[in-house]
Amino acid sequence: MQSAWTLLSWGPEGWLDDIASGVLVTVSLAALTLPLGLLMGFAVALAKKSDEPSLRLAGNVYTTIFRGLPELLTLFLVYFGVQIGLQTLVRLFVPDATVEVNSFVSGMVALGVVFSSYASEVFLSAFRAIPRGQYEGGYSVGLSKAQTMRLVVMPQLIRIALPGLANLWLILLKDTALISVIGLSDILRQASIASRVTKHPFLFFGVATLAFLVLAIVSSVAIGRIERSVGRGEARR
Amino acid sequence: MTAVSASGIAELPPPPVRRWTRERIAGHVLTGLWALAGAGLVLYLVFAWNPELFARWAPAYLRGLGVTLLLVAISVVAGAILSIPVCYGRMSRNPVLSALAFCYVYFFRGTPLLAQTFLIYYGLGEFRPQLQEIGLWWFFREAFYCAVFAFTLNTAAYQAEILRGAIQSVPRGQWEGAASLGLHRLQTLGKIILPQALIVALRPYGNEIILMIKGSAIVAIITVPDLMGQTRLAYSRSFDFQTYLWAALIYLAVVETLRHATDWIERRITRHLVR
Repeated sequence: MQSAWTLLSWGPEGWLDDIASGVLVTVSLAALTLPLGLLMGFAVALAKKSDEPSLRLAGNVYTTIFRGLPELLTLFLVYFGVQIGLQTLVRLFVPDATVEVNSFVSGMVALGVVFSSYASEVFLSAFRAIPRGQYEGGYSVGLSKAQTMRLVVMPQLIRIALPGLANLWLILLKDTALISVIGLSDILRQASIASRVTKHPFLFFGVATLAFLVLAIVSSVAIGRIERSVGRGEARR
Repeated sequence: MTAVSASGIAELPPPPVRRWTRERIAGHVLTGLWALAGAGLVLYLVFAWNPELFARWAPAYLRGLGVTLLLVAISVVAGAILSIPVCYGRMSRNPVLSALAFCYVYFFRGTPLLAQTFLIYYGLGEFRPQLQEIGLWWFFREAFYCAVFAFTLNTAAYQAEILRGAIQSVPRGQWEGAASLGLHRLQTLGKIILPQALIVALRPYGNEIILMIKGSAIVAIITVPDLMGQTRLAYSRSFDFQTYLWAALIYLAVVETLRHATDWIERRITRHLVR
């Protein structure tokens, strides 16, 4: 029987290096999903705040669907659905081709879609918090629509939306755990492998859970810093 | 001055012309795409309709839905009960109690539900002899009970925060007013504070139940035959993608029903606030 410290050491004897590589996968997946989700969420929010009813409808359908589905199911729908869809498409040209969709990319797309549907709500309420006068002021000094958005609205929007987005980032970090189900070697999957090999499931799942907790704490500290630096320019009201 | 026509009646201005702006075109195209996707889904499900598959799996899906709803119902109710002492600890001035409650909430809100479920279902298996000794093994042997246990602990942390936020949203003056009328603290809480706090808490509670229903899909991984579990089983037996689409439709229907129910209840209990 090996002691817990040997099991948790770095190198071929221990499993710490494997868990560390899992942490790397989790962090890079979350970090790559974030910009994708933010961009899509912003676009959907623009659609939902538009004056055009059909555009609003399209945005609302998007949010309703992807906020209503379980994240795990969305992941499977993307992973298997895209695979089957692409395979059918490719087989029109090459009869016996097999298509394998990368699980990392599927995870990114699925988590990005879920993230963006929540982010669009955060952006939307931030948009509503910005008075009309800000746009009108921008137009009256001769800025174009895009310039007003970029120079007048965006700086305020980011400040208002930041707490909500920070929350979504923490949720995203936790949701990446689901990716272990489609075979990506993230923290949780490495911990399952380790616990199956060593028969110490409590130890390894405990370490995995703590690793997620550490990521959450580190993120909270970083978010606090960002919030302070963004809020620095804010005028007293 | 208003323009007056020959007949002496003020004319209405003509309705504004709706031009085909870029936004309008984009909106119509996107809505059209959604409509196409919806029609495509219906057509796919009609063409892929397989009576044998349906007869074989429809009862399983219904049972799975029952398991999902039962799991969420038990956990949410048990979590609500557990959240009361946690919330008390969070709001307590006793530093030990408050630190304990804070750590509890931080741990369960800061780590993935999947990891917590694994920790309880697989992790506690390591202590099988000890658990057998104290006669709790029958509980931690069953995946369903473990899932209920993990979900209860998890949702209690979230619900404690919801409750705390709601109680703190009630102005101090309400406490002071009640105290000046000679009401006991518990009476104040029950008769003055909670009725106002629960209006604030309704929407977060509704969201929490929806999150639990969505989150409960992960119990399929620890072999609980819930809706997601039956779906995975059906897919692995038939390799028919429509199995996942049916599950998606069922989940969407459940979540939307709950969302609208919350809206309805909120409208109903805030009638006295509408002016």
